[in-house]
Amino acid sequence: MRKMTFAAAIDDALAQAMQQDSRIIILGEDVQTIRRNLLVRFGEERIRSTPISESAFLGAAVTAAMSGLRPVVEVMLVDFIGVAMDALLNHAAKVESFSGGKWRVPLVVRMACGGGYGDGGQHEQSLWGWLAHIPGLIVLVPSNPADAGGMMLSAIQHPGPVIYLEHKLLADYWLDALGAGGRKTIRYDVPETGTSGKVPDRWEAVPIGKAVIAQEGKDLTIISVAVGVHRALDAAKVLTDKGFSTEVIDLRTVAPLAREALINSVAKTGRLLVVDEDYREFGLSGELAAIALEAGLPIKFKRVCTLQTIPYARHLEDQVLPNTQRIIEAALDLMNL
Amino acid sequence: MPYDLWALYGKMLRCRFYEEAVIKLWEEGLISGEMHTGIGEEAIIAGVMDHVQDGDALALDHRGTGPLLIRGIDPVLMMREFLGQGDGLCGGMGGHMHLFSEAHLAASSGIVGAAGPAAVGFALSAQYLRPGKIAVAFFGEGAMNQGMLLESLNLSVVWKLPVLFVCKDDQWSITTRSQSVTGGILTERVAGFGMNAVCVDGKDVEEVWIVARAAIEQARKGQGPSFLHASCVHLEGHFLGDTMLRMVKKPVQGMTGIVVPLLRSAARKGGASWKRRVAGIKNMSSLLLKNYQQKSSRREDPLLFARKKLEPETGRLQELEKTVSEEVQIILDKVLALPLTPREEIS
Repeated sequence: MRKMTFAAAIDDALAQAMQQDSRIIILGEDVQTIRRNLLVRFGEERIRSTPISESAFLGAAVTAAMSGLRPVVEVMLVDFIGVAMDALLNHAAKVESFSGGKWRVPLVVRMACGGGYGDGGQHEQSLWGWLAHIPGLIVLVPSNPADAGGMMLSAIQHPGPVIYLEHKLLADYWLDALGAGGRKTIRYDVPETGTSGKVPDRWEAVPIGKAVIAQEGKDLTIISVAVGVHRALDAAKVLTDKGFSTEVIDLRTVAPLAREALINSVAKTGRLLVVDEDYREFGLSGELAAIALEAGLPIKFKRVCTLQTIPYARHLEDQVLPNTQRIIEAALDLMNL
Repeated sequence: MPYDLWALYGKMLRCRFYEEAVIKLWEEGLISGEMHTGIGEEAIIAGVMDHVQDGDALALDHRGTGPLLIRGIDPVLMMREFLGQGDGLCGGMGGHMHLFSEAHLAASSGIVGAAGPAAVGFALSAQYLRPGKIAVAFFGEGAMNQGMLLESLNLSVVWKLPVLFVCKDDQWSITTRSQSVTGGILTERVAGFGMNAVCVDGKDVEEVWIVARAAIEQARKGQGPSFLHASCVHLEGHFLGDTMLRMVKKPVQGMTGIVVPLLRSAARKGGASWKRRVAGIKNMSSLLLKNYQQKSSRREDPLLFARKKLEPETGRLQELEKTVSEEVQIILDKVLALPLTPREEIS
């Protein structure tokens, strides 16, 4: 075992894959600076900075992947995918279906997501539910270094298009670049267990669509991804003190969802609380409730999600994004239902 | 009416001092996330904004502070917005990248290139509802590779819209050399759409003012859009705390955080040939150095450039600088005299 940061784990897994497969190239905005550690090892030919032309280079990556390359494309923040959505929505996600299952798109789109550092509603969205809505896309959202590296490897090995989201409160270099900027005068609520931790000596792919139980319990189930998992674990400690045994599930994959893990847990606890930093309406939280209902489980349900455009002001943002206090309150409400 | 260099210099100074005050607030941790200043582009902003009137619209990028200041936005409210306060310009919801004022028809966006379609829409409504009024779009040269901006150039030509597209070229698309990702010459590219495209020295407020006047007069008369390509240097980097600048400015900090992982990675088994690895390191260091040299070059500072011309009248110059400095101090005092909503500790 080695100890690594969330960010280093991703690049380390990428390096392992790049060493084995010369078809893997990284392209995106500023990657020659952001991925400098990979550049100095694998050369500028494989780490290619692009113009700010998301619709062109992401669209191009789709057919580059179809014709032999294994591109890992970066558009910096998931908010910026709006500009290039067509490449995902109408192309990457559809080629397999349109070709009758005969042609696939082994593409990875790597983007930073999430808020909690005061950058406003155009730079702090999560959008995993929005992307997972589209059939044909895999959506991965790791919460710790071991999963971050392992899931990057699964993303690369997967024969279809994969969206890989790294939360900015977990990936230290993003938070430093967009948040602190070298200052010591600012503080963010960073979940330490997510930003640094033990990783395997050699990376192995983490199975796509498989959730993990971060903490076992029997009274209620809290399900989340990324930073939400850590907030849920913090809340679970308080709930334990109040006499409630909480099961915390880290989904890790938003699409496809780990239906069985959800059903098994909720069948046991009868109560489901979804913590989702993405928007509440038409998203992950409703989907998880639907799965439980479709399985015929008579569940009690609550959710803590983002209900509005993320405010710029930190004190407002703190309330809008799922925080531990909101999770505890919702859990207690759920226990009283 | 000819320009008044003293007045223009005053406007540039006001932008500079105001943003220097913002830098202090950011350094003190009163501004949480990113902060992009317009320090270094004041001549472009003042030279263009001097022609903007009530009823004209502004499509702003992530550096909207200067244009809005000159446009007459309440400077206290804008700074309160940067502090994320409920009494700020946008109730603390927008922040510096998302500044909006309906009264001034001013809208900002943090999405690169978004000023293009925004200006086209403002100009379209001006064509119907406010004849003689125009829209101005501000963006960087990095945005010139964004599809929506190029589409907007075309649309504004075919609809003969009253737009002035202002491209502030600092040669860097964040940390990427724009030259390395941009084909051809920008003014020629724009001319290809059938648009009047002019190149100006963006540190020379007089030159910007003259060229902008002609373009805006043409737009007001219904004779279609223009494109202004103006050079500039962002003396504070892409944003405050710019990682690239920090690497050079604070090499000691950079040694452990940046250089060690870099060299460790470069030395690992498996990967490109040693020749290519060395080339990668060399190119990266020269890029860092170039970025630093360019952004620390005071020769390109538009304020110093204008100041030189006014220097013969030292007394008047010092008086003006003192007045503007005091004005900004009063703004800052007002901003900080109002209560600050604290972050509640959550956990």
